[in-house]
Amino acid sequence: MQFLGGNRRKLRLADDQRNACYPHSLQFYLQPPSGNISLIEFENLAIDRVKLLKSVENLGVSYVKGSEQYQSKLEAEVRKLKFSYRENLEDEYEPRRRDHISHFILRLAYCQSEELRRWFIQQEMDLLRFRFSILPKDKIQSFLKDSHLQFEAISDEEKTLREQDIMASSHSLGGVQLELESVYKIPFADALDLFRGRKVYLENGFAYVPLKDIVAIILNEFRTKLSKALALTARSLPAVQSDERLQPLLNHLSHSYTGQDYSTQGNVGKVSLDQIDSLSTKSFPPCMRQLHKALRENHHLRHGGRMQYGLFLKGIGLTLEQALQFWKQEFIRGKMDPDKFDKGYSYNIRHSFGKEGKRTDYTPYSCLKIILTNPPSQGDYHGCPFRHSDPELLRQKLQAYKIPPSGISQILDLVKGTHYQVACQKFFEMTHNVDDCGFSLSHPNQFFFESQRILSGGKDVKKESVQPETPQSKPSVQRSKDASSALASLNSSLEMDLEGLEELLQ
Amino acid sequence: MEVFDPVELPELLKLYYRRLFPMAEVMEAGSGVGMVKNYFQHREFSFTLKDDIYIRYQSFNNQSDLEKEMQKMNPYKIDIGAVYSHRPNQHNTVKLGAFQAQEKELVFDIDMTDYDDVRRCCSSADICSKCWTLMTMAIHIIDRALKEDFGFKHRLWVYSGRRGVHCWVCDESVRKLSSAVRSGIVEYLSVVKGGQDVKKKVHLSEKIHPFVRKSINIIKKYFEDYALVDQDILENKESWDKILALVPETMHDELQQSFQKHHNSLQRWEHLKKAASRCQNNSKNDKCGPWLEWEIMLQYCFPRLDINVSKGINHLLKSPFSVHPKTGRISVPIDLQKVDQFDPFTVPTISSICHELDVISTKEEEKENGAESDIKHRTRDYKKTSLGPFVKVFEQFLENLDKSRKGELLKKSDLQKDF
Repeated sequence: MQFLGGNRRKLRLADDQRNACYPHSLQFYLQPPSGNISLIEFENLAIDRVKLLKSVENLGVSYVKGSEQYQSKLEAEVRKLKFSYRENLEDEYEPRRRDHISHFILRLAYCQSEELRRWFIQQEMDLLRFRFSILPKDKIQSFLKDSHLQFEAISDEEKTLREQDIMASSHSLGGVQLELESVYKIPFADALDLFRGRKVYLENGFAYVPLKDIVAIILNEFRTKLSKALALTARSLPAVQSDERLQPLLNHLSHSYTGQDYSTQGNVGKVSLDQIDSLSTKSFPPCMRQLHKALRENHHLRHGGRMQYGLFLKGIGLTLEQALQFWKQEFIRGKMDPDKFDKGYSYNIRHSFGKEGKRTDYTPYSCLKIILTNPPSQGDYHGCPFRHSDPELLRQKLQAYKIPPSGISQILDLVKGTHYQVACQKFFEMTHNVDDCGFSLSHPNQFFFESQRILSGGKDVKKESVQPETPQSKPSVQRSKDASSALASLNSSLEMDLEGLEELLQ
Repeated sequence: MEVFDPVELPELLKLYYRRLFPMAEVMEAGSGVGMVKNYFQHREFSFTLKDDIYIRYQSFNNQSDLEKEMQKMNPYKIDIGAVYSHRPNQHNTVKLGAFQAQEKELVFDIDMTDYDDVRRCCSSADICSKCWTLMTMAIHIIDRALKEDFGFKHRLWVYSGRRGVHCWVCDESVRKLSSAVRSGIVEYLSVVKGGQDVKKKVHLSEKIHPFVRKSINIIKKYFEDYALVDQDILENKESWDKILALVPETMHDELQQSFQKHHNSLQRWEHLKKAASRCQNNSKNDKCGPWLEWEIMLQYCFPRLDINVSKGINHLLKSPFSVHPKTGRISVPIDLQKVDQFDPFTVPTISSICHELDVISTKEEEKENGAESDIKHRTRDYKKTSLGPFVKVFEQFLENLDKSRKGELLKKSDLQKDF
């Protein structure tokens, strides 16, 4: 592919040429795209596809895959982001082209580690499964043919001849009438997962596969091919990364967070230092709660923890002066020399507020960033507890946070399925007594914001109690007075921001 | 028949390899028309010599070189392995990782020892006419599946020489199958699952796959004679307790009582079948009706394959017409038309055919005095011994294989429009 700086008009192809390029609303991405594209479009396409794949993931854990809700919501997402999904629509060239190019761009970003590859393949498979499921029957055959898959549907006579045997072999058929189902004849070696478990009828070297099972085979094929392609891509990546126009984009893409950045919430100075302890147990996400606790106990945090927690605090409204005071107080308790703090640590704090050096006003880390980068080692307290804690330890932590056993097992199941953010959402729901948190968690500051919203009565709560019980908070009368007044002021600033945020969080 | 004495093996082998081993035929199986260049030269052979000395990665330029080596080394056992990317005898000179097994026939090994938990007459390396039926059933069941389900056309079954059988599938399409597919085929063909600690090794689902159904039908033909008469699996309390372990607990008391009243396995089996059709069971794992009956039949009769032999492309397997060092029996091909009549105890031993050869040679020397070449001698030699009919089976197999290869070549050249 050629990349051009700045804007350039896209080449317009004649209609039939356009249709020939993309005969179907879905594809296996066997051929990379060719042609010219502007850097801006390159970036936008990539970001849009990341958004799409993240939706695929979220919907996949919120609803049963294939259910009506799942299908309709996913279709809405795909349509919103202007990617292809359905046949027989007008003007399908552009969405298909976007789909094609964006997939290949993401390969560049997601081939770089085992975890990224697995995630990418999983979402792409789910997307393909969805698109295949809405493909009309008459289009299936031509799609398979165009994709060079040797799958032939057998005639009705052939089906009737083997009806008993096919029904007795294929579990996916249930009580269905065979006349209504398409059955495909494929070489047995192409149906390995089916024939090895005797889940399909074999005759003379061919497997007679009902449509439902064909999908499984196709997806398997797709996964194998994509896996190989990603491995190959990783090998040629250095050449691509050496293009300095692409390097920054590709490096950030897989860690990209495509929502609110919570850098300035308009609530600066609305949080006072003496509120932090109680806020940590009420409204902090577990990752920050854990960091705060470690800081209080050890009077110290390592760099990774200072960055993750420090930026979070900035995001909830701490000013630079407050931050300096906060960290210094704590470190001094740990018998640190005040001068040493001023020399070594205060510079870094000012730097992260954008008051030193490059003067970049660093934004608080998103969940993705915390989950995917800089995993904690021995002696670290940063990272995401759902991602980085041993399941047993996590269970203990949740028990200490007074999460009921049923909630704990739900959370642990989600963790097992690598749905870390959804697990945290569940945690939010349990600690705030709501059935549905009503948002898709992607940022620790979002957790805090939403929590404060609920606690200040901004949302309906399920149970009667407004304040959830937390073991660590022992508010003295004095404290609670301060807290409520602080909350009240937080409230007003929150309300101002509510409208804008609602739109963004949609 | 001459009694086989392992001590005589070296001498016998010398004679065998010089005069009796059907070299040409075995070689043809390995190489042949239309094969990729260097097929034979890249084939691995291994020799097991006297005193268990084992030499791998043998390879040869041509048949005559292999022959010479065999006559020189006098191996007790000859194994055939895969066709590699390079000549196996040069594998040490190849860059690490570049020496790969590329093709091999699909092979199966069925061993009587694997049935020790269900046969009462013998155990371990012993076999007798009462348990040999297990092999007969195995061949019928597996061969049917290989032919009708998988579409494999060229299947050679060989007696292993002691306690089992091997199968070589030589279709062209099969040679390049991956290890995963080979494992998958064995899985498809497996029904009996579990080791020593598992009592009930067969669990059928409600829907019976056609492969299982057809296998049960084959077993039905032999079950009465094999299991109820020869093995007498319901003979006494000790033996029927083992069957009861496969049956729901709720049926035990009734069956114990009624078994006492019956006189033989046949009656007891009939009763068991009736009891099974009457029983109502709520538990998911316990089954009733015909399923119960079939599960017992399968556990006692269904073939047990060794997956390790089949899944590795580089796995070595004993060559047809090899001699078994312990029994002296020749690994002879089994005629698929006459599986039921095959009797391992009438398979020629090396001593018996060497003896036959002596007798024949003496007679011939008296007849003619011509100096004929060794090879000509040999082609007539084994045909005159009891080895003859077995070599015929092998030749027929090769002829079919050859026809099929030529047919493929013609098709290919037609497509390429070569004239």
